[in-house]
Amino acid sequence: MSISIQSIHKTFGAYTALDDISLEVPDGSLTALLGPSGSGKTTLLRIVAGLEMADPGSGRILFHGNDVSEVPAGKRGVGFVFQHYALFTHMTIAQNIAFGLDVMPHARRLKRAEIRERVSELLHLVRLDGLDKRRPHELSGGQRQRVALARALAIRPKVLLLDEPFGALDAQVRKELRRWLRQFHDEINLTTLFVTHDQEEALELADQVVVMRNARIEQTGTPQDIYDEPRTSFVYEFLGEVNKLPDGRYIRPHEIELRFAAEEGVDVTGRVSHLFVAGPFARVSVAPEHGRRGELEVWASRDQVEEMALASGDVIGLHFPPLKKLKS
Amino acid sequence: MHHRPATTESAPVRWLLIGLALLALSLFLLLPLLAVFVEAFRRGADVFFAALHTESALSAVRLTLIAAAISVPLNTVFGLAAAWTITKHRFRGRALLLSLIDLPFAVSPVIAGLVWVLLFGAKGWFGPWLAAHDIKIIFDLPGIILATVFVTFPFVARELIPLMEAQGSDQELAAVTLGANGWQMFWRVTLPNIKWGLLYGVLLCNARAMGEFGAVSVVSGHIRGKTNTLPLHIEVLYNEYQFSAAFACATLLGLLALVTLGLKTAVEQITHQRASRHH
Amino acid sequence: MSKHRVIPGFGLSLGFTLTYLSLIILIPLAALFLKAGGLGPAEWWRILSTPRVLAAAKLTFGASAAAAAVSAGVGLLVTWVLVRYRFPGRRLLDAMVDLPFALPTAVAGITLTSIYAPNGWIGHYLAGWGIQGAYSPFGVFIALTFIGFPFVVRTVQPVMEDLGVEFEEAAATLGAGRLTVFWRVILPALTPALVTGFTLAFARAIGEYGSVIFISGNLPMKTEILPLLIVSQLEQYKYREAAVIAAAMLLVSFALLFLINLLQRHLDWHKR
Repeated sequence: MSISIQSIHKTFGAYTALDDISLEVPDGSLTALLGPSGSGKTTLLRIVAGLEMADPGSGRILFHGNDVSEVPAGKRGVGFVFQHYALFTHMTIAQNIAFGLDVMPHARRLKRAEIRERVSELLHLVRLDGLDKRRPHELSGGQRQRVALARALAIRPKVLLLDEPFGALDAQVRKELRRWLRQFHDEINLTTLFVTHDQEEALELADQVVVMRNARIEQTGTPQDIYDEPRTSFVYEFLGEVNKLPDGRYIRPHEIELRFAAEEGVDVTGRVSHLFVAGPFARVSVAPEHGRRGELEVWASRDQVEEMALASGDVIGLHFPPLKKLKS
Repeated sequence: MHHRPATTESAPVRWLLIGLALLALSLFLLLPLLAVFVEAFRRGADVFFAALHTESALSAVRLTLIAAAISVPLNTVFGLAAAWTITKHRFRGRALLLSLIDLPFAVSPVIAGLVWVLLFGAKGWFGPWLAAHDIKIIFDLPGIILATVFVTFPFVARELIPLMEAQGSDQELAAVTLGANGWQMFWRVTLPNIKWGLLYGVLLCNARAMGEFGAVSVVSGHIRGKTNTLPLHIEVLYNEYQFSAAFACATLLGLLALVTLGLKTAVEQITHQRASRHH
Repeated sequence: MSKHRVIPGFGLSLGFTLTYLSLIILIPLAALFLKAGGLGPAEWWRILSTPRVLAAAKLTFGASAAAAAVSAGVGLLVTWVLVRYRFPGRRLLDAMVDLPFALPTAVAGITLTSIYAPNGWIGHYLAGWGIQGAYSPFGVFIALTFIGFPFVVRTVQPVMEDLGVEFEEAAATLGAGRLTVFWRVILPALTPALVTGFTLAFARAIGEYGSVIFISGNLPMKTEILPLLIVSQLEQYKYREAAVIAAAMLLVSFALLFLINLLQRHLDWHKR
């Protein structure tokens, strides 16, 4: 089911959280809302869920063409996963997952046995078989996150909304869970919108990335587009390491080519101030000569650095590919 | 029309609940407070001031102040020592010590008086010895002080322990690494960090010390002009059907309560502001 | 456990704490139990089995439990309103909740009596409905509720303030209505604090003296509470009777508190 967000405004007192936001989330896609804190991404997600109301008269939220702006959160059919899981601590895992089914109106409520059946299906789906009688505090962070997901899926939501789903996990678990979520999404194929401030996460996971900043959308596109063709300097700087040249142009560390100073096609010469080799990669910091301020960061292969017999203090040449100028 | 957010009630429900709570609190709290002052002035300001300006009323005020002036500092020192022991150190029996400090909360004030009578009363364990040496504890000032100390025992410690527990020992450890000795650490690091909590504990301790009735009643002997504290004096007047005089004296303690609440709110505000400034 | 302590003052502060605790609390209480314990079971039975003591015990524990229960209910409502809603006068109200802590019990006693007496502000309405306010077991209950209810508010309030709104949002996105959220999500999270508040109010009520003796009327067998019975034994220099009643009362309240503590642990065990 597609989500259509049409010119949404949201203010908190004098503070503008969302400024005329419009966005299409295609059916079955996995879309990331990416931005620094305060960019409005979580507010937008909460408005889609119905946990927050857009400013009166501002715009509409459509699910599959139907206006849901006035539909309360509990009736929108959204699955919402909270950053800190928000599992009910006084209930078992099974009771947590069954909650949405238990509180349905009598007429629509499943029979007890059917609920039990569904809960064990979901536990299997999120690979937590056999943990139904445990309590949330007995589970690891990654397991709790999957319980939260199972609980959200139990009500067969039309869309899945995830607020910083991996924000509270440590680096290793984050990576595993990220891959798992991608596979999982491909299996169930549910329209999913998730919020993150981690560019790597957004680029690796999403079909569509929406970069937000200061209550506005900066750029929308595939991860490839966003990384290769940033439209603003903010997007450039936010998506990974980048060198800003004095004339306002940008260049990523891996785009700079190392050459000997006397070689042809050298745009800048400089002195190697720091050299760090790890595995097959090398990070080279170069302080440009001729009065340029600031250092340039270059990523090269270990082979090349060894071939050139590079050492700290050497003078070296840098070659830039053709560069574009960006609006700030 | 825009529907309300998912986590509040509709306006009618909200106002109904607020109304019920206001009703409960005004019937329950405001009305009694109001009654103290209305009853005190029922027969006019002259009667009110006359009741306060009797020899027995003044001596009751004096005795109340003396009892508080001795027992509050004692329990303040104890509260600091106990909180220091419990929050800055780990030792066996720590949990037991913690619950023993709370013990007086579970003991009736009457029993807090009774234990001293059993020890020092005429028929008590040390009664004959005290009589032989002409020392009076029960039905005299020492007994009143002992009873007050028992009842107000946990107040300062109870306020400080959670506060110091939450603050941890990092700053004290930093002071040690910088070469501070124990007293320097206490005066320059610990005390400034807990001063508002300490003040709050002292306020509550003082309010209870000045207002204590049951424990003091058991040990005082109700000797007018000699061993009557202010709360006991109020009882005597009330039982003699001098209602206006009783309520006139009660206004003094009512004002004490209001001042305590005012200071408490002020202290909370200060600590709240400081806490939010740190974030 | 290391012998060498980094933070100094352990010996001094522990020594002072233990000495002071022993002198002020432990030795006096031990004296009470020694006095009462030395009398033997037959004597205990003789003293405690009198109808007057039993009636006072029934009133004390019964009225205390009822008052603590009502405090829990009213306290929950007041806490909810103070934490969840913003309205004019809220801060004043919040400060006022502590009044029963700060107002000396004797003052509370005489004012509550004047209000609930048959000619008092509330008492005469009650009298109109045939209810006797002051000088009845109901009066005892009123005084104990007044004393107990701030305990409930002050224990539940911090827990309710910390209760993350995301639990309610999670429940709401799963389709639960407001009442369902309250019963199934909010109330269970507050129950441990409510039980603690109930326990504190209950413990305080059992021992309460000052605010009760004015409003109760002190009729033996009808409106006499245990602490008053102890005082009247003392006034007749019946130290043994006073000590036995006091010791029994303490034992029963400790046992009750211990039981509630166990229940508390059971409720709390799934919390970190």
